Amino acid sequence: MHPAPSVIVFTVLSGLGFGFLAYLGAGLVVPPAGWAAFLVWGLGYGFAVVGLLASVFHLGNPKNAIRAFSQWRTSWLSREGIFSVLTLLILAPVALFEIFGGFPLATLGWPGALLALVTVFCTSMIYAQLKTVPRWNQWLTPVMFMTFALTGGAILSGFNVLSILLCVVLTAVLVAIFNVGDKRLADSGSTMETATGLGKIGKVRLYEGPHTGTNYLMDEMIYVVGRRHAQKLRVIAVAFAAILPALVMLIAPEGSLFGIALALIFHLTGAAAARWLFFAEAEHVVGLYYGAR
Amino acid sequence: MTELPQKTDRKLGLVIDLDICVGCHACVTACKGWNTENYGAPLADMNAYGEDPSGTFLNRIHSYEVQPSGGGCAQTVHFPKSCLHCEDAPCVTVCPTGASYKRAEDGIVLVNEDACMGCGLCAWACPYGAREMDRAAGVMKKCTLCVDRIYNENLPEVDRVPACVRTCPAGARHFGDFADPDSNVSRMVAERGGMDLMPEQGTKPVNKYLPPRPKDRPAAAPLTPIADVKATGVAGFLDRLLEKL
Repeated sequence: MHPAPSVIVFTVLSGLGFGFLAYLGAGLVVPPAGWAAFLVWGLGYGFAVVGLLASVFHLGNPKNAIRAFSQWRTSWLSREGIFSVLTLLILAPVALFEIFGGFPLATLGWPGALLALVTVFCTSMIYAQLKTVPRWNQWLTPVMFMTFALTGGAILSGFNVLSILLCVVLTAVLVAIFNVGDKRLADSGSTMETATGLGKIGKVRLYEGPHTGTNYLMDEMIYVVGRRHAQKLRVIAVAFAAILPALVMLIAPEGSLFGIALALIFHLTGAAAARWLFFAEAEHVVGLYYGAR
Repeated sequence: MTELPQKTDRKLGLVIDLDICVGCHACVTACKGWNTENYGAPLADMNAYGEDPSGTFLNRIHSYEVQPSGGGCAQTVHFPKSCLHCEDAPCVTVCPTGASYKRAEDGIVLVNEDACMGCGLCAWACPYGAREMDRAAGVMKKCTLCVDRIYNENLPEVDRVPACVRTCPAGARHFGDFADPDSNVSRMVAERGGMDLMPEQGTKPVNKYLPPRPKDRPAAAPLTPIADVKATGVAGFLDRLLEKL
């Protein structure tokens, strides 16, 4: 799949933003009233909103984006849109009470925290639901998205021990999803033979493509550039997203702003690499019609 | 509405006979022509006269070579591919805006371009590559089964079939109602063992493909001498002499 920058920014930043908002909503982080609270909540809202806005750049016809809130009965993308807006609305009074009142509003905070995590889950299901992309179509996909959100949130919250623990979990999840993912296409049972229905005769080979140039399908779903560096990028992703932030949080004193910033920069770099791979390595079964994967 | 109908009254679709298709791409051209001139945004071409031309098509012909597992000559199969109007269409349920829908009356899967935001998720959900984003209009395009032809009473009756079917010079494409067991398409599927593409994806395609008939196998091995010609005279003497050396 084509790793569009807009979608990488969308999933990484909105995941981090909603992850942090979950900690804030649950009252695990209560910044002092005034400017501190404004900046802390602003950071959570900022990441979430910038991420959501980035997703709009992925649209061919953004003027109809408002309609995306209508099909919650069947569409995970629609649910993601609804829950993200709902989360931001419900947590707004909580943020205002903390900024101006200096105390958390647990009545709305806890539901808001839960909704933030539901939003991240919905984002992950946009990808995990697709049978056509076997690498994504597994329960590790939502686990990976949730772990990223919780780890990023813990780092931003300045919880050293929790960050280190979640970084360990994130390492395990990434290693698992890389390895399980590699077998998913073969396990899906889809081959050129099932795609063409010609398997009863014998082995199928494409000898002439349907078009001499490229097309939307090939650009969007048969993305092979950079797959040869996949192994190196996997190491970079795990090192930056989990191992380096864990080391920083191990050394830095609890609540050190410099430590948080450094760990966050490492984590976001690794998260971007991991998300780039998530797309670039994902094989869509339509590639089988082109003798490609 | 992106909920799929429980049941459609009719199941309109195509039968594609892989034994007959000659790979001439006439259906591709007819489809592009009709769907550019009629309903919805025209099917755009990008950089059509430049270095890397590309364009939107609703129907594409792949050509495959199949090596029979039992040995013998390889078969070439021309393979037209367009929307299969699946009963369990995953492209419809993923749509966040309600632009994609499957009609309860005849099972045709359509896109309401006025509601499409061009997110492309439906194209990701389709295993067959049947949906292409139009890069000029920014909306999703797909086969409409020529819904603006098949019910169009302004056209002569012979033309009230999809453009690809009407134009196919070999008679490899057939249009009909799969819900009626006595329809032309249902009978063909029963007689010839019509098959689904990627059945493991669980999409329950309406369109069916008729497998190519097996090729004749030559009775004798190729290049066997047809007569055992014996040399006579001097040549015969030399032949026998050289044989003995």
